[in-house]
Order: sequence, then C-alpha cells, then structure tokens
Amino acid sequence: MTPPTATAEALLEVDGLAKSYGALDVLTGVDLAVPAGQALGIVGPNGAGKSTLLSVINGTERATRGVVRFAGRDVTSVSPADRARAGMGRTFQIPRPFTHLTVFENALAGASYGAGLHGHAADMRALEALEMADMLDVANAPAGSLPLLGRKRLELARALATEPRLLLLDEIAGGLTEAECDSLIATIRQLHGEGITIIWIEHVVKALTAVVERLVCLATGVIVADGPPDEVMRSAEVQRVYLGGGL
Amino acid sequence: MAELVPGHVRVDRLRRRMIATQIVGAVVILLLALAPYVFVPAVTSQWIKLFYLITLATVWNLLAGYAGMVSVGQQAYIGLGAYGIFVFNDLGVNPYAGALVASVAIGVIAFGLSFVAFRLRGGYFAIGTWVIAEAVRQVVVRFDSLGAGRGRSIADYTEDPVMRNLFTYWLALGILAATLIATLFLLRSRMGVALQSIRDNEVAARALGIHVGRAKRIVFVIAGIGAGLAGSVISLQQLGVQSPNQIFSVSFSAFMVFMVLIGGIGTIEGPIVGAVVYYVMDLYFSQMGLWYTSARWACGTSRCSVCWRSS
Repeated sequence: MTPPTATAEALLEVDGLAKSYGALDVLTGVDLAVPAGQALGIVGPNGAGKSTLLSVINGTERATRGVVRFAGRDVTSVSPADRARAGMGRTFQIPRPFTHLTVFENALAGASYGAGLHGHAADMRALEALEMADMLDVANAPAGSLPLLGRKRLELARALATEPRLLLLDEIAGGLTEAECDSLIATIRQLHGEGITIIWIEHVVKALTAVVERLVCLATGVIVADGPPDEVMRSAEVQRVYLGGGL
Repeated sequence: MAELVPGHVRVDRLRRRMIATQIVGAVVILLLALAPYVFVPAVTSQWIKLFYLITLATVWNLLAGYAGMVSVGQQAYIGLGAYGIFVFNDLGVNPYAGALVASVAIGVIAFGLSFVAFRLRGGYFAIGTWVIAEAVRQVVVRFDSLGAGRGRSIADYTEDPVMRNLFTYWLALGILAATLIATLFLLRSRMGVALQSIRDNEVAARALGIHVGRAKRIVFVIAGIGAGLAGSVISLQQLGVQSPNQIFSVSFSAFMVFMVLIGGIGTIEGPIVGAVVYYVMDLYFSQMGLWYTSARWACGTSRCSVCWRSS
C-alpha cells in the first residue's frame, strides 16, 4: 500500500529504521514518510514498537540502524534537545512532569528552550500552550500535585510550548473519559488545522480516526498496513495482528 | 511577584516573592561589611567561618538541590583553592588576589573534571566525585613546593594581624555576596527552570530542547569555583594548610550535606539557615565531643526523614 500523500514533500522521513536492546529487536526496519501538515495515526498491539519508534524519531533513543530525516536534514545523530529546537515536540506515554515546578514553569521550559523564546515572549507562549491544553486554571499548581489526567494534559501543553512543526503524541487519550476525549480530539484537530504535522500513537482508535487522514499499523517492529484509516482498520493483516490468525 | 495575563490568570513566576528578602539581604551584607568598624577583630574573625560555610552550603545546594548532582567530592576544589594561594603567592601574587586568580584556574580544572564525573550517574556520580577528590589530593601532595604531605604556610603575607584579619573578612564576605547574587541570578534566568527540569526529569528536559550536559556543566564549574574560593578563605584564615588530609577531607562534603538538608534542599534560603544552625551548634557545643557529633547527626537524620516524607 502506498501512502496516500506520498507526492507532497515529506517533513519527516525514516528509512530502514531499526532499534535493538541487546538481543531484543524492537524495530526491524521501518520506512515512513510523513508529508508536512499530515495527521498520521499509529496503531498496533502492545510491544509492537510504537513508543520506541517515537523515541527514535525524537532522539530519546538512538537508532541501531537506519536514517531519520527532518525537514530535509539528516538528524539521526542529532541530540533530542536539538531536534526539539528544530521543531519536534513529543509527549510521553507515562507522563514525565517536572514535579517540583509549577504547571506554568513546566510549559515555560518548553517555550524557553524548544521554542527559543526569552522573557515576556516565553511567558506568553507558555500561557498559550496551557490555554490550548485547557490548563490555565491550574497554572500555579505544582506539577507533582496533578492527577494522571492532568499530567497527560501537561505533556501536551509542554510539547505545544516548544512551537512544534511536528508533534509526536504517545497515547495521550488513554484513560480519559468520553467528554475529556472529545475535548482532546477538538484540540488536536485544531492543531492539525493550524498546519502542525502530527504523529499520534493511540489505542483509542475512535479518537485517532476522528482526526487522522492516514493510519499505519505496526506489528513486531515493522509496518504491516498503511493507508486511509477505514481501509487499514478493515484490512485482513490488521485484524490478524490484533486478533490472531484465526479470523 | 505575580503577573496579570490575558484570560485573567495570575501566574506566580519562579517564586518571585522575594524582593523584600533581597533588600534585607543587601542591607545585612552592607552592615556586615561595616561591622569591623564596630566590633573587635576577635569577634569578626569568627564570622569568617560562617561566611565560608554559607558559601559552601549555597554552591552544594545549587549542585544537588537544583541540578540534581549529589557530589561528595567538593573538597577537591576546597583543597585546590587553599593550595592555589601558595601557587600564585610563590609567583608573586598577593594572597587575596591569588584567591581570585586561583578560582579562575579551578573553574578550568572543574570544567575538565566534569568530563570524567559526568560519565557517571546517581550514586556512582557521588562516589566518582569522591574518588576524583582523592586523586586530586594525591597529585597535590606529590609537590614538595606545596609542602608535600605536611601542609604549608603562606610565605608572603600582610604582616599586621589586624589588617590581615580585616582583608580576609572582607574577602570572605565579598565571596559570600557574589555567590548569593550569582545563585539568585542563575535561578532567576531561564537556566533556573532548565536546571530544575533536569533534576526532575532529564529525558523530558531533553525532549523540550534543554541541553542537559551543558547546563549541568555550567553548574558544576560554578560549584567548583565557589568551593575553591571558600578553600582559599580557609587557607588565608589559617595562614596556610595544616595538612592535606584536613583540607581535602570528605568531612567538608558531609558538612555541606548536613547544612543543606537542615535548612531545606532546593531552596535559596535553606543553605543560609542550615549554615547558621551548623555554625551556632559548632560554636557552642563542639567542646562536648562525641555527644555533640551524635546530636548533630541525629538532628540531620530526623530533618532528612521529615523532608523525604513530605516530598
């Protein structure tokens, strides 16, 4: 299956990406091109390598093999900090708040460094990001005091504060109530509307399909399906990896 | 200070409610600078110890409390600061100016040593810094010109004991003031947010664009310089180094941990409070020998348990 928008210029390209931890091969050769402005969803069973793929893309983990290109530049050996400064924002599946800082200061870290802003401009960007993630009311609370859902929203706010061109979302909707999920979908749809390229890993398929125009299914470290969401969800290959070979 | 922002949300920025504290601090430092005109040297010379203790506690707090680097090897820089006085004094530099020149050299050395220390994390980093301090001591005692293993006195020094005391007092106070101002400035800048982010979660800090290694290295060098300056003051006050074992003693690190934990780690005022507590305890109870030592550590341990339970 060819990606539907492969003709447009790719903001992110990964070629033959592999990642192993000792003898364990988590990614075994992923090729993916994401055009600027696209919202791409990634699904796959637990242990498929989804989070690892995001980590290798943003540099939190080094690729064992393969190349990551961002905005036409080979960033395979570039530090995660420099990738963030170049415009890659990322949320973590298990939230990693700066617990002793306030929610505002958490966002300020992203605005000051990822977006490279100073003084008032950084403050304003941090507040904008908090507003987008609907966190202004808890801006002064210590991040350590947030419940799980607050921490997930903080992940999004912090990533947004870096003014990303590419937003990597790792299971941001997991554990949310229906209403919270709907508001999150609206937020991400709005970001997508503003032209931010999105790669979104999610188990809540309903949330994904409401936003993304392209879906990729990852299983045992390789892409097994790639295309429009409804087509991918119906494909025999995806049903097989999720439900076993019996179908 | 709170800021009014669009959406009518007041945001407390970096606990900026400290302007009054800063004014009080500036007045206190000014009064302390004038104190030798009021008090006899016997009184003011005792305060020198308090000044270098606060300096040491403040820089250790910067390292451990803000940047998450628990070092037990800061005695390396204390020792180098003390011995640096001899090195530059022998080259004809006035010992007070020598303290400042030595601090620059120590900054360069700390920068170099950071590449060794930063290969290690957490507990290994702590032990590593201790090993580095031991290695530094071993190198220093190889030099006969520095008194080898015996310690040494400052050769060329101000003759008049009153003037000597006065200069040391002002130098110690100046170093303390500079350390406090530098710390405040650093924590108020974007670097303060970066350091605390790194302490709380390095991986997330990197993903937000923070150059973790660079920020840590800056703090490591500043902490080395601060400890080095404190070491120079100790050397000036004692007119030399009694023995390398004393000036390179790991006890200095233990005292720094004690002061910072007693006062409150990760706060600006904590190390000052802790140093004052330690100084007073040391001044009035140190004749009590073992009982004093036991009581001090009991006090430190109970403070730690309170800290950790509440965090």
